Amino acid sequence: MTDSKYFTTTKKGEIFELKAELNSDKKEKKKEAVKKVIASMTVGKDVSALFPDVVNCMQTDNLELKKLVYLYLMNYAKSQPDMAIMAVNTFVKDCEDPNPLIRALAVRTMGCIRVDKITEYLCEPLRKCLKDEDPYVRKTAAVCVAKLHDINAQLVEDQGFLDTLKDLISDSNPMVVANAVAALSEIAESHPSSNLLDLNPQSINKLLTALNECTEWGQIFILDCLANYTPKDDREAQSICERVTPRLSHANSAVVLSAVKVLMKFMEMLSKDLDYYGTLLKKLAPPLVTLLSAEPELQYVALRNINLIVQKRPEILKHEMKVFFVKYNDPIYVKLEKLDIMIRLASQANIAQVLAELKEYATEVDVDFVRKAVRAIGRCAIKVEQSAERCVSTLLDLIQTKVNYVVQEAIVVIKDIFRKYPNKYESVIATLCENLDSLDEPEARAAMIWIVGEYAERIDNADELLESFLEGFHDESTQVQLQLLTAIVKLFLKKPTETQELVQQVLSLATQDSDNPDLRDRGYIYWRLLSTDPVAAKEVVLAEKPLISEETDLIEPTLLDELICYIGTLASVYHKPPSAFVEGGRGVVHKSLPPRTASSESTESPETAPAGAPSSEQPDVIPTQGDLLGDLLNLDLGPPVSGPPLATSSVQMGAVDLLGGGLDSLIGGPNFVAPPAAAVPANLGASMGSGLSDLFDLTSGVGTLSGSYVAPKAVWLPAMKAKGLEISGTFTRQVGSISMDLQLTNKALQVMTDFAIQFNRNSFGLAPAAPLQVHAPLSPNQTVEISLPLNTVGSVMKMEPLNNLQVAVKNNIDVFYFSTLYPLHILFVEDGKMDRQMFLATWKDIPNENEAQFQIRDCPLNAEAVSSRLQSSNIFTVAKRNVEGQDMLYQSLKLTNGIWVLAELRIQPGNPSSLLLQLSLKCRAPEVSQHVYQAYETILKN
Amino acid sequence: MIGGLFIYNHKGEVLISRVYRDDIGRNAVDAFRVNVIHARQQVRSPVTNIARTSFFHVKRSNIWLAAVTKQNVNAAMVFEFLYKMCDVMAAYFGKISEENIKNNFVLIYELLDEILDFGYPQNSETGALKTFITQQGIKSQTKEEQSQITSQVTGQIGWRREGIKYRRNELFLDVLESVNLLMSPQGQVLSAHVSGRVVMKSYLSGMPECKFGMNDKIVIEKQGKGTADETSKRRPSAPARSGKQSIAIDDCTFHQCVRLSKFDSERSISFIPPDGEFELMRYRTTKDIILPFRVIPLVREVGRTKLEVKVVIKSNFKPSLLAQKIEVRIPTPLNTSGVQVICMKGKAKYKASENAIVWKIKRMAGMKESQISAEIELLPTNDKKKWARPPISMNFEVPFAPSGLKVRYLKVFEPKLNYSDHDVIKWVRYIGRSGIYETRC
Repeated sequence: MTDSKYFTTTKKGEIFELKAELNSDKKEKKKEAVKKVIASMTVGKDVSALFPDVVNCMQTDNLELKKLVYLYLMNYAKSQPDMAIMAVNTFVKDCEDPNPLIRALAVRTMGCIRVDKITEYLCEPLRKCLKDEDPYVRKTAAVCVAKLHDINAQLVEDQGFLDTLKDLISDSNPMVVANAVAALSEIAESHPSSNLLDLNPQSINKLLTALNECTEWGQIFILDCLANYTPKDDREAQSICERVTPRLSHANSAVVLSAVKVLMKFMEMLSKDLDYYGTLLKKLAPPLVTLLSAEPELQYVALRNINLIVQKRPEILKHEMKVFFVKYNDPIYVKLEKLDIMIRLASQANIAQVLAELKEYATEVDVDFVRKAVRAIGRCAIKVEQSAERCVSTLLDLIQTKVNYVVQEAIVVIKDIFRKYPNKYESVIATLCENLDSLDEPEARAAMIWIVGEYAERIDNADELLESFLEGFHDESTQVQLQLLTAIVKLFLKKPTETQELVQQVLSLATQDSDNPDLRDRGYIYWRLLSTDPVAAKEVVLAEKPLISEETDLIEPTLLDELICYIGTLASVYHKPPSAFVEGGRGVVHKSLPPRTASSESTESPETAPAGAPSSEQPDVIPTQGDLLGDLLNLDLGPPVSGPPLATSSVQMGAVDLLGGGLDSLIGGPNFVAPPAAAVPANLGASMGSGLSDLFDLTSGVGTLSGSYVAPKAVWLPAMKAKGLEISGTFTRQVGSISMDLQLTNKALQVMTDFAIQFNRNSFGLAPAAPLQVHAPLSPNQTVEISLPLNTVGSVMKMEPLNNLQVAVKNNIDVFYFSTLYPLHILFVEDGKMDRQMFLATWKDIPNENEAQFQIRDCPLNAEAVSSRLQSSNIFTVAKRNVEGQDMLYQSLKLTNGIWVLAELRIQPGNPSSLLLQLSLKCRAPEVSQHVYQAYETILKN
Repeated sequence: MIGGLFIYNHKGEVLISRVYRDDIGRNAVDAFRVNVIHARQQVRSPVTNIARTSFFHVKRSNIWLAAVTKQNVNAAMVFEFLYKMCDVMAAYFGKISEENIKNNFVLIYELLDEILDFGYPQNSETGALKTFITQQGIKSQTKEEQSQITSQVTGQIGWRREGIKYRRNELFLDVLESVNLLMSPQGQVLSAHVSGRVVMKSYLSGMPECKFGMNDKIVIEKQGKGTADETSKRRPSAPARSGKQSIAIDDCTFHQCVRLSKFDSERSISFIPPDGEFELMRYRTTKDIILPFRVIPLVREVGRTKLEVKVVIKSNFKPSLLAQKIEVRIPTPLNTSGVQVICMKGKAKYKASENAIVWKIKRMAGMKESQISAEIELLPTNDKKKWARPPISMNFEVPFAPSGLKVRYLKVFEPKLNYSDHDVIKWVRYIGRSGIYETRC
């Protein structure tokens, strides 16, 4: 007799029959009947009608039967709350059973029944079970608190279960500790503000001790919890890391990945000069490689995580290229991920091997994989210059295979290679043109059109080729249309005589017959440019193109940092923050890597920091977003541009930035209103959405000269200390010049004359640009207002605090000294607007240790006003975008001594009338961050 | 955490469905069936997100196990749990098949209730589970027995119960290695590694404390430093010899019974073993691997309709040892119409359904070589796409460890009971198998 028969009964009147059996006197028959009920429940039949009969079977000594009834209860109690009450008595009784297994079973099951009335009865037994003498009952009760919290959070708080749960963290049994940690972590997630877990060095120590003793799953709970802790300094971080590293040898991959997460996070706090830092880096590589010998599903999770890790810390796996070689029978999802990592690890040292592999892969069967392999060859060419020639010849070989998708993919990447190495490989254009007819994918068509337009002067029949595309203009996708428009304009500028007709044709197609505002606008702009000033048109359209990025598909740095905090979890598999796929309030708290706080103060002065001179290896790069390689090449993709703000600037418009950044952010703006087709930006009022005002900000450049915020005058030198001379003052910055507005009051009884002023050496070399001019003698009780112009060419010495200024004032009576703090924003210069590409490159280039995070609470402005207010103080918004409903502003500013400060400002709604701003600052001289933050706060709050 | 766990047969019918969290409804069961099982295409990812619900799945023969969640769970943990679930089920009722699952569905529900609580994995060691999930009901356990069970399930040594007794204390150690190779047609090693496992079967009384030692380079060098100072002066060749005998382990992972912190600090492997069979450690080496076989392919295209293939295999180990179960698989193009094979040793056959020539040799001693040549007739095609030429793969089994790993000792101490290390009968066996052993042609 086997149990599988229960799955087969499908008679009518079955319920009736079951009912009879459930009420049978024979134990065996009863049990059989319950089994049948559960089997029906499993396959999705509704057996809720049997509720009272099944519950009647609950009072039994047979544990197997009891468990089955409980299973039934958990499923149907919610739909029959009134009848579920019938079960309460048995539960309460079972919670007192001498057998700990039964006590635990009862409390475990009760927690799963989401009926209010039962929940009320749960409290007392749960309280007892949390203090049960048996660890098995305690560990079950700990999880039950989380269950109860999910049903009724208030009840849990009122009953004081949270405190009991916290006590369990000190339990003698490691499994109880682990479950308590898991329950607390989950509860804490729904109360982000509460300090529920209360992690401190003592409790961390307890967790680390339990870590050595509990089950593999318990170790995961504890490690995941540890990852949320921020050590107070690098020493503590190191000591935790030392105790976590043994976990890297655990057989359970999840334990290993969670340990990696803790280490990756805490490593942020360690100084790179530390010996231990190097040791840790070395220790991380072998376990990561070992993960690749796990089952394929785990390999996939591991590879997705390794992808993040190599972006964050490429040095860990730089010598491990070979382990990512694709095996013939790897599942496709493993193959694709390995390929991704191979490209990231490709370097001059291993490029020959990589290329040989990629060539093998390009002959495989799976279309996606082959495409990716072809694309990878192109990426290698761009990344490692020495290999470019070989890559191109490999690509040409692949084109010869005539396999349609291989050819198309190859053309798309060859276009990128042309961009990277101009005037080097154009000899292959003829081969490419042969394949013109076989291209049916928009991206490949657009790439080909770009090539024809770009090299129109070398292709004899360029006009014919482009004309052939023009016939089906309206059937093409937007990116092809845009590309065709630009290519024909390029062609016209290069060969004006023969192509006038063609250009008119395309302009009228784009402006009159198209519904796409992007295409229309671009058409109008070209039209105007060509008709008003052909020379300017040439400069704009055929402008020099900035370099393209070596690395593509990079995850945005802030997102990457957040994802590093989620190693091992779904977020790291999806490469998305949890808020993108988790509903409701859970897990929406943004995590970020801890800033580095050394226990011993570093003695670096800002002057020695390489200010404004980026030591970057790859200057002027535009990274591309996602797989939209097309973006590299002014192939506008039309509306859905939601990438990072800097990813989509149009290329040939370099100088004007009107088409590129302007239009894109226009489209990205939330309140976008389609502009009338012929509208010129200047006609559009400021009433347009934020997208437009953004456009204004970008195009107007050095726009508002209204001057930065001026603090009210404060008393710097009280009369008591200066024999009757009182000095109050403030600093201003207007139209590029800094001045010190002074108010001198004579509170003495004698006349004051012969005023002079001198500054001590200071951090930014502030010095008076002119002598202090007090024209008339200052009589008693008289006040004079003076504006003293300042410059920043004085001698420099680091002060503490940085913005401290020591001043000496002399008059006929004596010399007086005072010191004051100047707000840093008087040093923000007018040309502090960084170009987008530069911004992103610099942001990446500045090490993360230099990043500082601040919060500005209760900012009384709205989002638009923030940007304009800051701009008037020379903090420029380089780009702006909207992430999950929050505005992100990317800003730059430059100090008078050439130090650039980059900022990311996340605007979150706070109270109804105010905002909560999250400010991240990156600067090569991190000392200034604190003062920049103060400047922000001053500007925004006044 | 895990919101629900479903088991389906190949048709997508639910065999087991257990929901742990309120946010997972019955429709999740159908969503997975429709979007993944019935999609009838190659699985593009083991994690699928359907309508903000994430599904993790693994497949065992034609049974699908799916874990469902709406939260940001630890993905690695979910997969580890699914594998563990398979192990536990296999330990209870053998092969995971539709028949077995239906026959044991009550047991599976009982297990799921025990090893997953509110979606949090709990103790899932079969040794411990079998003490109280028996399908027999609780048979008049005494209070002592009960507390013994609970303390074992929650305790520090959750994998072993107290009071085990054997008349004969015996243990078996199997060093099982799989050697992986990818070689270019020219004979260049593109990548090679050994992934090994040390599997232990212990039949020991009481709570024995074990210590395992092998020729790990780091340990040997450390020991060498202590004692070899003077000897090395006299015999300068000594360190070189010990270097040959020890191996460099790239990385290793251990069963949860091994004290990891001790390994981290002293690199010694000490543990109290579970009763019966378990995997003590896994390791990986990449240096100085003995490649037991070398495959030399020669493929010549004769016109458009004929291929000539010649493959030589050479065995590369001590002549006194014998390799077994040797199989060489030579892929043939899809448009093959006929094959003639001549081989010196063993049997070779063209298997049209597998698009390969399979050459089998029962035994082969070390330092020998053998050869096969084949003529492949092709049908003329107008298919533009070239044949992808999959690599030639090989299977074999050899009685040594290709990594060079040697067990040096396994000491057993049981202070409370009356037996010493000498009384334990120990068996050690080495088996090297081919993993993915491929030569491109």
